Amino acid sequence: MNIPSDLLYSKEHEWAKVNGEIATIGITDFAQGSLGDITFVELPKVGAVVEQFSNVGVIESVKTVSDLYTPLGGEIVEVNTAVDGDPAALNNDPYGSGWLIKIKLSDKAQTQQLLDAAAYADIAHD
Amino acid sequence: MSQPSANSSAPTLIFETGAPGRATEYVERSRPHTEYLPQELLRTELPLPDNNELDVVRHFTQLSQRTFGIDLGFYPLGSCTMKYNPRVNDAMASLPGFSELHPYTPDDLAQGSLAVMYELERSLSSVFGMAAFSLNPSAGAHAELAALLVAKKYFKDRGESKRTKVIVPDTAHGTNPASAAMCGFKVISIPSDARGRVSVEEIEKVLGDDTAVCMMTNPNTLGLFEDHIAEIAAAVHRVGGLMYYDGANANAIMGNVRPGDMGFDLMHLNTHKTFTIPHGGGGAGHGPLGVAAHLVDFLPTPVVRAIPDGKSGLRRAPSDGMRFELDFDRPKSIGPMRSFWSNFAHAVRALSYLYANGAEGLKSVSQLAVLNANYLRVGVSEFLSTPYPEICRHEFVASAQDLKKETGVRALDIAKALLDRGYMAPTVYFPLIVPECLMMEPTETESKETLDIFIEALREIVETAKSDPQSIMAAPVRTVVGRIDETRAARQPDLRWRQSG
Amino acid sequence: MGAYTPHTPQEISQMLERIGVGSLEELLAVSPEIAPKAPLDVVPAMPEYQIQRRMKALAARNRADDYASFLGAGAYRHYAPPAIAALAMRGEFLTAYTPYQAEVSQGYLQAIYEWQSYICLLTGMEIANASVYDGATALAEGSIMAINATGRKRLLVSRAVDPRYRAVLHTYCGGLDVEVDEIAVGADGRTDGASVRAAIEAKTYAAVVLQSPNFFGVIDEIDPQLRASIESSGTVPIAVISEAISLGALRSPAQWGAQIVVGEAQSFGVALAYGGPYVGFIASTGEHMRRIPGRLVGRSLDNRGQEAYTLTLQAREQHIRREKATSNICTNQAHCALIATIYLALMGASGLRDVAGLNLERSRELATAVSSVPGVSLRFDVPFFNEIVVRVGNGAEVLAALQKHGVLGGVDLGRFYPEYADSILMTATELTSTGDIAKLTAALREVVHVAAVR
Repeated sequence: MNIPSDLLYSKEHEWAKVNGEIATIGITDFAQGSLGDITFVELPKVGAVVEQFSNVGVIESVKTVSDLYTPLGGEIVEVNTAVDGDPAALNNDPYGSGWLIKIKLSDKAQTQQLLDAAAYADIAHD
Repeated sequence: MSQPSANSSAPTLIFETGAPGRATEYVERSRPHTEYLPQELLRTELPLPDNNELDVVRHFTQLSQRTFGIDLGFYPLGSCTMKYNPRVNDAMASLPGFSELHPYTPDDLAQGSLAVMYELERSLSSVFGMAAFSLNPSAGAHAELAALLVAKKYFKDRGESKRTKVIVPDTAHGTNPASAAMCGFKVISIPSDARGRVSVEEIEKVLGDDTAVCMMTNPNTLGLFEDHIAEIAAAVHRVGGLMYYDGANANAIMGNVRPGDMGFDLMHLNTHKTFTIPHGGGGAGHGPLGVAAHLVDFLPTPVVRAIPDGKSGLRRAPSDGMRFELDFDRPKSIGPMRSFWSNFAHAVRALSYLYANGAEGLKSVSQLAVLNANYLRVGVSEFLSTPYPEICRHEFVASAQDLKKETGVRALDIAKALLDRGYMAPTVYFPLIVPECLMMEPTETESKETLDIFIEALREIVETAKSDPQSIMAAPVRTVVGRIDETRAARQPDLRWRQSG
Repeated sequence: MGAYTPHTPQEISQMLERIGVGSLEELLAVSPEIAPKAPLDVVPAMPEYQIQRRMKALAARNRADDYASFLGAGAYRHYAPPAIAALAMRGEFLTAYTPYQAEVSQGYLQAIYEWQSYICLLTGMEIANASVYDGATALAEGSIMAINATGRKRLLVSRAVDPRYRAVLHTYCGGLDVEVDEIAVGADGRTDGASVRAAIEAKTYAAVVLQSPNFFGVIDEIDPQLRASIESSGTVPIAVISEAISLGALRSPAQWGAQIVVGEAQSFGVALAYGGPYVGFIASTGEHMRRIPGRLVGRSLDNRGQEAYTLTLQAREQHIRREKATSNICTNQAHCALIATIYLALMGASGLRDVAGLNLERSRELATAVSSVPGVSLRFDVPFFNEIVVRVGNGAEVLAALQKHGVLGGVDLGRFYPEYADSILMTATELTSTGDIAKLTAALREVVHVAAVR
């Protein structure tokens, strides 16, 4: 299982990559594997202000559905509209072309509540 | 094998058949529509195929041959009560006096239909220990929604609008939380205990003055009787909440125990399960909603009101000596749930079934449904694990978890292998709390021989899984199509025919 | 013993022994505190011939068959070829469950795919679901789609929409805490466009709901100007179709701007049966696909490379999403949808066009005949499909009097619209004969005269 060391993780199996004030967010390799073939992603609107760990969307796979929680709070500045037409990107490249949202952080200190790769590896199993 | 052979090809889609002008003429030719309406209101194209009656008969007959029903073989689909659908019920529903009656027929010309509804309502009230039933809801989930609307209105009427929480055990049918959400209630899920039941302690943890309704299925979806039901009901009532009985599993209790006596205030019944109304490929259903006396005023409209007709005569059935009216004037009612009064044709079927059985027959139905389930459970437990190895009611769950670890063969594979052997598969992966779950409900209409042969078929599948797991994972191979690419179906939805070109 | 149970006493003993229980009573033992206190009060079991005798006696207590009937108002008497019942009552269709196991349900799945396609072709919409309970619940569920799409919790509904549909919408909205406002009907029997335009300006409505032909039989479309205002206000236009035969003649709701089309398909071969079961449909433009409730059948491929059908997009549904589902719907009306599909297959474009044309013709015959009666007039003078509003003096009294003359004259409009208590809603279909119309007209001459002198 792929858990890149340069990312931060939530217990709900989302990842965040912080670059200055902006964080890119997606679901982990473990999450996509557990969901199976992902068929549809419902993402928040650009401009929405969301709180850390709040429910911001839905991910549907063939047999199940899962809420998407944002690991960090702030204003949504971009959503990955490409996954609309190609939800398989979440399965094939969860840390790359399968990214989901970009957030302008409201409070960078929130990153302290996330896990590093080693800590996440401890919880990313059945 | 009762399966159609694997090499029979699918009938062409109806839209790709026929030729303009080929349709059998059932009515006279009409004059052009422009004689009656301005052109701009009229349709310019109607791209439906014209086929002769024989072509249509062949098309749908061939489709029927690619469809598995109870009439073809054993259908042990848990929680669905796939019992034999007696043909006399359909014959009665098709009597022209019933089938051709318009819903707006004045009451005095519809006394027969009203009598059917009244008799069924009175009989169900007695069999399930409720003060009254509404025959308005169209199916189980529809009745659940109606019941929660009744509860909401009841609490509002009492000035207790703070009751916003609905308690649902983790073994509940998915419709329970979905119905609660449609009424704006907050769903509180509670875990089952090690015995697969809801414990009084777990319920008490979440009870309070914000409790609206506790929804339970008894026996639950594991097929187990909730033996602390009276205490649970008492606890919910103590805080002012209502008890709701999901009647999906009512085939296990008739003549044995009544929801009213267990302490339930509201219930629904799936008469398309318990009272042998054909499922018809997923509906139409029929979901009578029963309530205790304090909730009768809130039932959906209309209700059938009976008035003694003052004539003397032999009274054998509840409707004898009565005349009837549809009563719409019920100020506290939640209002109607559907366009018209009831799925009336199904009320005829249910009453016909009731006539065939009587009180003793219904009791025997439930006893033998439970007998069959336990017999099957004991047989199956020889080669599959049964997580709750005790006397069950009308259904039970087995788990392929151990088999999966040993061979890689999953519950889904077993299900597909059963299709190859001429059976419908059990319900799989439900309830959610049992891993690799296979939920089986044989019903009372299957004979001991059928169960014996089925047990051997299942045993053979499990043995084959150990010697040649790939062959089970490849199943089904004898059906008209193999496993379907559901990812493709969901990622590139093709939900309708389109004119090509 | 139960009427349809195959067990012999010996088998019951053998099975109990295998289970390790002494008796059936022991198998189902419950604590005495919850055991039934009294025997069940149901009629004693009957042999099958007596069931038939009793049911036939009950059916004979319905006495409407000798009447000339002009009842409609959301449930319609149309010709249904016997081939429909012969096919639909085949045991494979009748005794199947929801097609979860697609490999052994290809036939039913294909039939539902064909139903979805027929509904799309008739309504002009992009997608249709596998059916819902009936027209009224289709409206409620379609409205929920619009509420979810817009995030607005108010609905604007024309008073010309079937009053029973509106009543059901109110019932559902009681649970959802959604407000329903109604738009007045103009003097011509059409929804008042100016009121709609004024109401939607504030951009607070999730949907505006119109029915065409409306409850009065009047063709009640959104005009192009209003359509533009509705679209710019972000309100979802919903069209209701309660007389599906009209789709064989009238242009599709898509052509006049509907984004969601809901309705009742009872007219396509489904028995009147005193109100059910019937079959509702929901269709929409592609953008609402994920919000459409209930089952959807899709076409895909199997692992042998063949075309194959399956239930799809199930992650929207209650058995997976539970409290977050788009709806609590579990069953659809598969068997009624199958009947409607067979009806459409038998009729074809030619037959459906003819049936629609005959409905246009007979209802005009009816309109001409009744308006020739002194004291009787048509309330609206606008294009209609197969129903007319007939002013007679006192609707309820005239209907009661007509009944004594062997005529079911229609539905008393005062029951739903106090302001129209002088009127009756009358329906003519292809099954309405010239004789029926003559009988009605003769009766009206006597009855309305009688009513006038009173």
